[in-house]
Amino acid sequence: MAWIVEALASLLLIAGGVFLFIGSLGMAHLKDFYMRLHGPTKATTLGIGFMLIASMLYFWSYEGVPDVQEVLITLFLFITAPVSAHLLAKTGLHLQLKHIDVTEGKPVELRPEEVGERPVPHPDKGHG
Amino acid sequence: MLTLALYITLTLVSAALILNLYRLAVGPDLPDRVLALDTMYINSIALIVLLGLWLNTKTYFESALLIAMLGFISTVAVCKYILRGDIIE
Repeated sequence: MAWIVEALASLLLIAGGVFLFIGSLGMAHLKDFYMRLHGPTKATTLGIGFMLIASMLYFWSYEGVPDVQEVLITLFLFITAPVSAHLLAKTGLHLQLKHIDVTEGKPVELRPEEVGERPVPHPDKGHG
Repeated sequence: MLTLALYITLTLVSAALILNLYRLAVGPDLPDRVLALDTMYINSIALIVLLGLWLNTKTYFESALLIAMLGFISTVAVCKYILRGDIIE
């Protein structure tokens, strides 16, 4: 019975390590900031989840009682990763970082009358 | 079996940390460096978990929890500073 748990923990550990490495490889290799943001936010979070589940399984079978500490770390990381990714994407858009030419779609731009470069059209004209 | 898995995973996580260090050094803009630091603290949590498995102890998981909280808060603080020029308005 114990070797099944050990094999499962080993498999989850290696899967977690592979996902962590792929996330960091994507961040080191991809071309612009918005592409680089994808690696750490998805692959790395999944990898650390796998690794903490492996640790939880191992210590559960080793000590006989389950522990909430790893679940707490996993939950905290899974909640905070999208928030920090959203803030980083907002920062990149705010600094107007360059993206590669083949990117399809543009970030939402403000219309000229919304930044004060053109007078706001009167609601009666053109809408009646 | 678990020892072999620990060796493989330690190698992969260390390689991931070296890649993060590369992006931290050459990252052309400020958000790239913040992103590299953000990924580095997650990888260091993975290293702490591996150390706990290696030494067969659960003492270090509280430091992993602390690193998770402080890393998130520092990322948010730097992003708010770049976005608004102030952290608490």
